[in-house]
Amino acid sequence: MYDKKILAAVSRRRKKWQEDLLAPALSKSPGRLQRFSTVSDVEIGAIYSPDLLSNLDYGEDLAFPGEYPYTRGVQPSMYRGRLWTMRQFAGYGTAEDTNARFKFLLAQGQTGLSTAFHFPTLMGYDSDSPRAKGEVGMCGVAVDSLKDMEILFDGIPLDKVTTSMTINGPAAMVFAMYLAVAEKQGVPFRKLGGTIQNDILKEYIAQHSWIFPPEPSMRIITDILAYCSDRVPKWNTISISGYHIREAGSTAVQELAFTLADGIAYVQAGVDAGIDVDRFAPRLSYFFNAHMDFFEEIAKYRAARRMWARIMRDRFHARDENSWKLRFHTQTAGCTLTAQQPLNNIARVALQALAGILGGTQSLHTNSMDETMALPTEQAAMVALRTQQIIAEESGAANTIDPLGGSFFVEQLTNQMEEQASEYIRKIDEMGGMVAAIKRGYPQREIADAAFHYQRLVDAGAKRIVGVNAYQIGEQQQIPLLKIDESVEKRQVARTQEVRRKRDRKRAQARIAALKEGSRTSNANLMPLLVEAAMEYVTLGEMCDALRETMGVYTDPAMF
Amino acid sequence: MATARGKAATTAAPGKPSRKIRILVGKPGLDGHDRGAKIIARALRDAGVEVIYTGLHQTPEMIVNAAAQEDVDGIGLSILSGAHNYLFPKVLDLLKEKKMGNVVVFGGGIIPDDDIPKLVKRGVDRVFTPGTAIQEIVDYVNGRIQPRR
Repeated sequence: MYDKKILAAVSRRRKKWQEDLLAPALSKSPGRLQRFSTVSDVEIGAIYSPDLLSNLDYGEDLAFPGEYPYTRGVQPSMYRGRLWTMRQFAGYGTAEDTNARFKFLLAQGQTGLSTAFHFPTLMGYDSDSPRAKGEVGMCGVAVDSLKDMEILFDGIPLDKVTTSMTINGPAAMVFAMYLAVAEKQGVPFRKLGGTIQNDILKEYIAQHSWIFPPEPSMRIITDILAYCSDRVPKWNTISISGYHIREAGSTAVQELAFTLADGIAYVQAGVDAGIDVDRFAPRLSYFFNAHMDFFEEIAKYRAARRMWARIMRDRFHARDENSWKLRFHTQTAGCTLTAQQPLNNIARVALQALAGILGGTQSLHTNSMDETMALPTEQAAMVALRTQQIIAEESGAANTIDPLGGSFFVEQLTNQMEEQASEYIRKIDEMGGMVAAIKRGYPQREIADAAFHYQRLVDAGAKRIVGVNAYQIGEQQQIPLLKIDESVEKRQVARTQEVRRKRDRKRAQARIAALKEGSRTSNANLMPLLVEAAMEYVTLGEMCDALRETMGVYTDPAMF
Repeated sequence: MATARGKAATTAAPGKPSRKIRILVGKPGLDGHDRGAKIIARALRDAGVEVIYTGLHQTPEMIVNAAAQEDVDGIGLSILSGAHNYLFPKVLDLLKEKKMGNVVVFGGGIIPDDDIPKLVKRGVDRVFTPGTAIQEIVDYVNGRIQPRR
């Protein structure tokens, strides 16, 4: 990118500066820290200069937004054309409670929906299962049957608002219920836009909401890829997620590497199932964490785009440019928020959100200040949304594209991130790909090691967290918290049992039998069978139980 | 049930009971947040405690059965799903039923301050909140829990 002669001169000058200016200054007063490092504990130099970027080629490595390899952004106009989608993750109690929260958020200027399901739904149990006791509506919204889905999206036009659903083990079943609602609203499937997370590999690695073992789970995913490429072409079929890998304690490089390795496994599975790569790859999207180390995060997003473009073009020989583009959602890092002095979390979220935006995210969730204690109150959710709006409308951060492109520091970090993540991907390839690596416990152990290392740094005071191991105050700030009404479980259980009583029993049972039958042969696609079952009010737990019988279940290997 | 076990390499000092403290680290309920549980399990093991980790998605019955089988001195429960007001009391009741009321139950997770006194009154020995240093928990276990001979 720069003239070699100029770089050589800069390099000489840098050495002279180190000897003549920096060293004497440091000998007079030693540095603030022995070693400066990112939150991932990657060492950071005092200053960066162009001589460190001698191999960077503007056209090959950066280019302009909308141009391969998309380091500077996937769209030509980025936020000058349209702001990112402000998409707050929401869900609690019954479908009525969450429907009201959705409408509140839309009224406050939110531009997309994102649904949080309660744990029984995430694990494929109905609310009246003994496994659901105590958990109904606690950490998300209870969805057992089409009835709940109808209430959840009541008065929300599915052809106008895009909806993201964080659902993985039972992604196909919940998606089938969503499609059934669209059918009932009279919205053609081809008009539906939205996302199911549907990223089972990171469940085994980090988030742990699984049902079936890896192989049958991958079959369900390829069924979804094939079904959507035919019937729901605007739907994002997998949101390949680094978010939970990072929340489980990984470093930034691990988040990047394991997520892209998951992406590679899905593309390979699609190709192996005989689907043309360009028929499904443009509908894959990504989901990253926005952690506390500002520049490290920005470098991570830029490196992710560049790496994916190269992987899709050179490894999978995709020809459609849309297959090369890594589009991603960002959520600020829940694990960085503190129960101590919770108002400080507003500042943390603002910085993390800014990193996501400067990194070129397509959509963003900002966490609420009360996240370490409970689900957000309406007020906390509003402050979180307003934080995005302040960045969008007041800060000027959205005025130009990739404003940190060309920063010696950020470009160097981006290169480093790509190198180190590529090394991890090479190792995983050698193990036989991500499914094999997961079975060996490789990513799980790497993450647990990183989490333990970081906790030790915090406990030793080498990493300082305001309010936790620095600047503590004796008395805690009290903020109002959302309490889930204890009657939720009772009401939800009553509704689901009523659904079972009122539906046509014979038809429901026939659908369950057809689903089981379809799951026994690999040439049937499960999606149409699931949509038909959803239409007959077969519950989520019944669909999952049917498949547990034929596909088996996965249990935690319990490594620590 | 898949349980993992981590035995510390160190042996007990002379004069101390020869059996090490045995702790079951449990994840009751359906949430998948095991970062904290795994960190605590490792730290306790490194500190010389014998640790049995249940893995995720356990019912209270599974946890108490494992505790009985492994003859543990204490149970540490990590709950981040909001179901703590159901799960802690259920484990305590089952322990009583099995005449294991002497097993010390402690825990942590996403637990609002208001709920802590109620849980303590119900018999939870100690509830750790987010931001607790690992050493504090290790010291608590070593100070509070005695290995049975």
